[in-house]
Amino acid sequence: MTRYIIRRLLQAIPLLIVVNIMVFGILKLAGDPFAYLATDPNVSEADRARFRRSLGLDDPLPLQFVHWYIGDDWYQRDLDFDDVPETYGERLGFLRGDLGESIRYRRPVSEVVAEFMPNTLILGTSALLMTIVLGTALGIFSALRQYSFADNLITGLSFLTFSMPIFLVALLGVLFFSLTLRGLGLPYLPTGGMYDPRGDRSIDELLVRLILPTFSIAAIGIARYARFVRASMLEVINSDYVRTARSKGLAERRINFLHAFKNASIPLITLIAIDIPFIFSGAVVTETIFSWPGMGRLFIESLGVLDPPILLTFTLITAVAVIFFQLFADIVYAWVDPRIRYR
Amino acid sequence: MTNVAQKLNVGQVARLQAEEAQSFSPFRVALRRFLKHRMAVVGTIIITFILLFVIGGAFFTTETQGNKTNIMNKEKAPTSESPFGTDLVGRDVFTRMIWGGQISIAIGIVSVVISISVGTLVGVVSGYFGGWVDSLLSRITEALLAIPVLILLLVLSTVLSQSSVKTTILGRELSSTVVIIILLIGFTSWMTLARIVRAQVLSLKEQEFVMAARAIGVTDQHMILQHLLPNLIAPIVVTATLGIGTAIITEAYLSFLGFGVQPPTATWGNILTGAQDKIDRVWWLWAAPGFFIVLTVLAINFIGDGLRDALDPRSIR
Repeated sequence: MTRYIIRRLLQAIPLLIVVNIMVFGILKLAGDPFAYLATDPNVSEADRARFRRSLGLDDPLPLQFVHWYIGDDWYQRDLDFDDVPETYGERLGFLRGDLGESIRYRRPVSEVVAEFMPNTLILGTSALLMTIVLGTALGIFSALRQYSFADNLITGLSFLTFSMPIFLVALLGVLFFSLTLRGLGLPYLPTGGMYDPRGDRSIDELLVRLILPTFSIAAIGIARYARFVRASMLEVINSDYVRTARSKGLAERRINFLHAFKNASIPLITLIAIDIPFIFSGAVVTETIFSWPGMGRLFIESLGVLDPPILLTFTLITAVAVIFFQLFADIVYAWVDPRIRYR
Repeated sequence: MTNVAQKLNVGQVARLQAEEAQSFSPFRVALRRFLKHRMAVVGTIIITFILLFVIGGAFFTTETQGNKTNIMNKEKAPTSESPFGTDLVGRDVFTRMIWGGQISIAIGIVSVVISISVGTLVGVVSGYFGGWVDSLLSRITEALLAIPVLILLLVLSTVLSQSSVKTTILGRELSSTVVIIILLIGFTSWMTLARIVRAQVLSLKEQEFVMAARAIGVTDQHMILQHLLPNLIAPIVVTATLGIGTAIITEAYLSFLGFGVQPPTATWGNILTGAQDKIDRVWWLWAAPGFFIVLTVLAINFIGDGLRDALDPRSIR
């Protein structure tokens, strides 16, 4: 098992490099992040050229990529345009813990990410928890009452919900729980941002502002989980060992939760492992709609101004999370299901 | 459960039952099972109506009409002459729904054709030939799966659809971003199918009929086309069907965020753009496209579900 884990971790390294090269290449194709300076009357053409050069944007492409990894403090550039390289770079590179400096924020990427990440973690965690709890509960409920009115209703609503784009769920939420309630003079849910700019930034305020974005993200997940748990529960409930438990006269509740759900929940691990990385990458659409200052919004805004250091870090974090939790799922799988063996 | 389906298709079901005695071709068996799947039949009917709307509507309206802005007439609520109202710049939403619907559905279908072709090709080659080819293709698949599709699409579309020029396709003047979005969605959604196909091919390779075919010396090409592909039809058809719905929703996400198909070409996704800040006042602007997107994707999911049951040899109905 240990050997298996080590091998998987080693395999992840080339994978991450491939991801990195892909994103790096795509961003270079996207063009010049300083194109906007060309129209700024306060910046002369010479300043612009020096600025570009000092940031390493004039270096050959493969070299830029190497610099991102190991830094450029050993590499001299010609910043006074006399064809003699004389100035060393300042970056230490990813492998020495330096993620570069954001072009938009003019601050180290690690600082910017550290500012946005907690907000995304709060939203993502609450959405995933709600998805797992409600989705599983509805799925079990549905399976235990197969083909009843409640089951058909849940199945129908699940189908409807996961045929919806998230923004529609979010917009409907805003319409009903915020605008309509406000129109009627009733207490309503706020929609913009994490805190009221004039508020006291209290935890109560945060919780209230979490409700709508959390539900918007969770709605589709709940539908997916409910369908999945229902199918998986039905498969287990109709299996021989559950029938045996029932014929022994065990209490129905005990059979359903101790015998059936325990086994039915194994495939759920894969589903959860697929969803955890989204806690880190943030919900691009939802964060945009609710002006939530998280990673998803940071990503969209950085994309708008082509901020390569931020985008590279963002995609790297996402890819690491995806690969890590995939491995995590495989390990947990083997742990809960002794029939699975890895070599 | 099957009562409604039988009522809806009394003719077909009766005919199928009559033919049952003579004919058991896999296609007929699948068709019979599909017609017994109530929701799948409902889905097929819904899709038929939607296609009638977007194709039939084109005979009564023109695209120029749908793209004509009229600031004096903006944000008008639905009336009898413009059933879905007008948008933020006074364009008629009903007409845009017709012409935009064609684009949305075309994006769904064409991008799925691309993703299915790539996915099947990669999966079959990977599983059949194995070795370094398999390793290489599997690594590429994994690398693409390691970035969430929406993120990948957003990055790519920033690069590729910055400039929107007009091109003429099938006699219709469109924004070039339509083509780019189709290619992007197609080339970023083949990975799951590639994995399914690869796993399937690996297990098929161990079976006796493949060994027998190899023993009589069939070529690789013959083996793949005649023996392996027919056994892969079920996952391919189901993935393709569900993929159309996913592609339509993906286009809507991209357009909603402003990274999708650019004006003047309408899609169900970009009709919604701009409605966000005025959802309570210009409700028709999101209600119409929202309703059509959900209805189409819902119907496609029903059909996909029905096909899965119909094509799965293990399910007994």
